[in-house]
Amino acid sequence: MIDLLSDDFDPAARLSAFTASVDGAGAIASFVGLVRDQSADARVRRLRLDYHPTLTRASIEAAAQAAARRWGLRDILVLHRVGDVQAGAPIVLAATAADHRRAAFEACDHLMDYLKTQAPFWKLEITDQGERWIEPRAQDYKDAARWRA
Amino acid sequence: MATLTFFGKLADVMGRERSLALPQAVSTAGALKDYLCAQDSVFAEVSAQSALRIAVNDVLADDAVAIRDEDEIAFMPPFSGG
Repeated sequence: MIDLLSDDFDPAARLSAFTASVDGAGAIASFVGLVRDQSADARVRRLRLDYHPTLTRASIEAAAQAAARRWGLRDILVLHRVGDVQAGAPIVLAATAADHRRAAFEACDHLMDYLKTQAPFWKLEITDQGERWIEPRAQDYKDAARWRA
Repeated sequence: MATLTFFGKLADVMGRERSLALPQAVSTAGALKDYLCAQDSVFAEVSAQSALRIAVNDVLADDAVAIRDEDEIAFMPPFSGG
């Protein structure tokens, strides 16, 4: 399941529902991303997530299907916030269900690298010093490049 | 008229959506990007800072993809999610 959410969500409850819905998996790996309250030189109040009305969801769905094939996953959950997200609040939950742990871990790691650099989102950081659009760091691109088959 | 849409920091400077009658010489996504750079110095500045991605009718496209007057063309700065 892939979803873009305009409001805060409870990662623990969503992960619990995902776990209950997966049949026959031996492993579930998950990642929760939170909005950090500090940037390099300012206190972050919130992020504003811009997205494309059709391309964002379609891109994540295509990436999830490719990951499911590559790692033989039983199911995938990706929840990503859009709009304003306060510092400290969850911005993303990615979870992967597989027969064994290695596939679950790797697929979850891969999906997060995908979301960081290849999914159509744009992050405006709103701080006590002003606003700025964030672009991926060199490390984010390097992380994503690890998965090229 | 083509519909142009802008995202991220481009939406700040261009607005979310504009209509444009494509000039005859503008027949590819790349030519439209060059046209907008020539027309608008702020667009040109953002385009020079970072490689823009383009989608034509909701499909990611490279500069050579042909465009027509009824198309929807999205201009997108580098993606940054998670």
